[in-house]
Amino acid sequence: RIKQIQLEQDSGKSLHDELRSQTLIDLNRAGVGLLEVVLEPDMSCGEEAATAVRELQLILQALGTSRANMAEGQLRVDANVSVHHPGEPLGVRTEVKNLNSAKFLAKAIDSEIERQIHELENGREILNETRSFDHKLGCTMPMRDKEGKQDYRFMPEPNLPPLLLYDTASLPPGADPQQVINIDWIQERLPELPSETREKLVQQYGMLPEHSFALLNEVGLLEFFQNVIKETRAEPKKVTSWVLNIFLGFLKQQNLAVNESPVTPSALAELLNLLDRKAISSTAAKQVFEELWCSEGKTPSQIVLEKQLELMQDQEVLEQACHTVMEGHPQVVM
Amino acid sequence: MLGRTLREVSAALKQGQITPTELCQKCLSLIKKTKFLNAYITVSEEVALKQAEESEKRYKKGHSLGDLDGIPIAVKDNFSTSGIETTCASNMLKGYIPPYNATVVQKLLDQGAVLMGKTNLDEFAMGSGSTDGAFGPVKNPWSYSKQYREKRKQKPHDENEDSDWLITGGSSGGSAAAVAAFTCFAALGSDTGGSTRNPAAHCGVVGFKPSYGLVSRHGLIPLVNSMDVPGILTRCVDDAAIVLGMLAGHDPKDSTTIQDPVKPFTLPTLTDVSKLCIGIPKEYLAPELSGEVRSFWSKAANLFESEGAKVIEVSLPHTSYSIVCYHVLCTSEVASNMARFDGLEYGHRCDINVSTEAMYAATRREGFNDVVRGRILAGNFFLLKENYENYFIKAQKVRRLIANDFVKVFNSGVDVLLTPTTLRGAAPYLEFIKEDNRTRSAQDDIFTQAVNMAGLPAVSVPVALSNQGLPIGLQFIGRAFCDQQLLKIAKWFEKQVQFPVIQLQELMDDGSSVSEIEKLASVSLKH
Repeated sequence: RIKQIQLEQDSGKSLHDELRSQTLIDLNRAGVGLLEVVLEPDMSCGEEAATAVRELQLILQALGTSRANMAEGQLRVDANVSVHHPGEPLGVRTEVKNLNSAKFLAKAIDSEIERQIHELENGREILNETRSFDHKLGCTMPMRDKEGKQDYRFMPEPNLPPLLLYDTASLPPGADPQQVINIDWIQERLPELPSETREKLVQQYGMLPEHSFALLNEVGLLEFFQNVIKETRAEPKKVTSWVLNIFLGFLKQQNLAVNESPVTPSALAELLNLLDRKAISSTAAKQVFEELWCSEGKTPSQIVLEKQLELMQDQEVLEQACHTVMEGHPQVVM
Repeated sequence: MLGRTLREVSAALKQGQITPTELCQKCLSLIKKTKFLNAYITVSEEVALKQAEESEKRYKKGHSLGDLDGIPIAVKDNFSTSGIETTCASNMLKGYIPPYNATVVQKLLDQGAVLMGKTNLDEFAMGSGSTDGAFGPVKNPWSYSKQYREKRKQKPHDENEDSDWLITGGSSGGSAAAVAAFTCFAALGSDTGGSTRNPAAHCGVVGFKPSYGLVSRHGLIPLVNSMDVPGILTRCVDDAAIVLGMLAGHDPKDSTTIQDPVKPFTLPTLTDVSKLCIGIPKEYLAPELSGEVRSFWSKAANLFESEGAKVIEVSLPHTSYSIVCYHVLCTSEVASNMARFDGLEYGHRCDINVSTEAMYAATRREGFNDVVRGRILAGNFFLLKENYENYFIKAQKVRRLIANDFVKVFNSGVDVLLTPTTLRGAAPYLEFIKEDNRTRSAQDDIFTQAVNMAGLPAVSVPVALSNQGLPIGLQFIGRAFCDQQLLKIAKWFEKQVQFPVIQLQELMDDGSSVSEIEKLASVSLKH
């Protein structure tokens, strides 16, 4: 659940140059809009948190609000972690910062949970402090900054008039549509959100829900999948399987992003067509795929020809081959 | 020519009686002659002449832009002017040249107005004397008027003629002095607690504070975001109305402006006041109010009554809390608004670069005067977590009560309120500085600052000269967004009182036009 949303303006960035004892102030992102989303403490492990963040990322990307790339700092996540016995109130929380990927987010949270449990079981207390995640060590460390309770002395900004949200029912009559915010109007104009996309995939292609999640979770994978579907007569289930198992497998093995793939959707589509009309066996298809991955510019058909991977369809030739094998190994046949 | 009203000069320009360049040069020359007043921080001579030249071309072609085309104006130095130094009379912004024009400045320039220069003020508009700026205090032109000097001859004083000069009031003292000394036909001031009306009263000019939200604050370097408004200073009410018509209206760059567009208007002349109801707030009868001002106030009320208007006593019960409430809210916003001056992006930066914090501290100590720093500290105190509820929130609640006082009174059928603007006439500088800025502000803002808290329009109109020969002004307060009606009533009143023209004989270029107008000034409230 979302507890609160804050719209802010980014300030500058300080870069501390210890060597020359100076601080450099970078104002390039000053004034850029920031959307801070505060989630309720509904999550209980790193994976849940990472999933929630990933979903938020997808939604923001679908809306066009942000590219939400964690590595580039477009999406920054701070985790507030605490532990407690069931039935008791929430424990003292620590804030973990400096997380620049969903993977580290999950790791950091899990390691912090472990640390807190360990501390408490050894009779010590948890300090309400800010910690940063050291991904090399795989654990959280207290941050050096004297983060003692800062009194920001905030006051409500007088230059921002109150933001009133209306829906169609509560909209004042004769209101200028340019000057009011009608959430129903906005709702109608929302683009397709991830949950809707996934639902459509399940309905349209008969895939399992897990598959729809997997397709959306990898950047560019859904598009790749859809492009393959466009160009192939193969069954969607086949395409799904090939994309999620084989294609994605290869990507992960070599730590590549979808847009770095040496195999294009067209190439895979062609391969699947060959498989579909039984021109090659599935074993052969896998071989061809491997070849496609390594060699530039060759089409699946070319590779099949080169490696003579075509399935033999000719009845007579097949019979002849069987006879040859049986004659060559009489002891086995008996 | 310089003694004429804006409307008259505009007509003269259209008829070719004088050219924009001639007019501009006359004003520039007078600015030079009156340099000792210290009304201007920057005189933008080159810019002005260029603008005058362009205006002249337009007039020759018969394509003048309107009533303000070719008219010399001045702007208080806390409005950003593109390419022209904007200092807020502070060391913090010495040498700062904004890259953009404040919306109100842009609007004036778009109408062809000629910018004579940036006027002096109290540092960052904090003060009621225009005495605490980094470029020195502003002198009230009335110090050198025949009317004042003649009265002073009756009491032999220092041989040193200039030691007894008078303050202009503040914080828009430079703008008021510039208009009073005929160096321009209109000037922009700002009004947060009375900063336009106070100096207007002391300098014998009209000082108009529009309703909050009517005129854009974009480009006005902020003091208190929820109370600041651009103010207009002119020599007559009609001129202020002309300027207001050009400036009012929604600005997308200022989200606190009202949405409705506003068109320039001609102020109708009121002849019959019998349908008006004038309210006299009884709490404004302060013990510190000088006998003379009280007497003028009373006479003004009688004047309305004698002309058929209904004049009643009303009550604004929370008046006594308003100074303290204002103080808390003002300093809190100041603490926030002054945070942007850290030496990083613009303005003064100290030489220390040991650490960011050390740099901030030294920059701000060097850049701000005591008054500014004092208010920042006070504001920070009120905004501390432990004080927020008791001071800031409480003050906001009291502010609501004060604003509601006005709403109730206006809802009971009152059209305008009539009050003094200041406690007395302008004080001599040496007298004024005997108390500190905070004390003076608390004293001098007494009749003006509640208006800012309620966001209402108000105008100070010069009424008559005191026994010392100094101007006294009275204030009219109107309903929110009924600025036109307010000015209409003020215009009627102005006509009745016929405030005398300042006689600055030795300074005026052509004594002839001054005496012309002197003949017009016959009935004065005093007699």
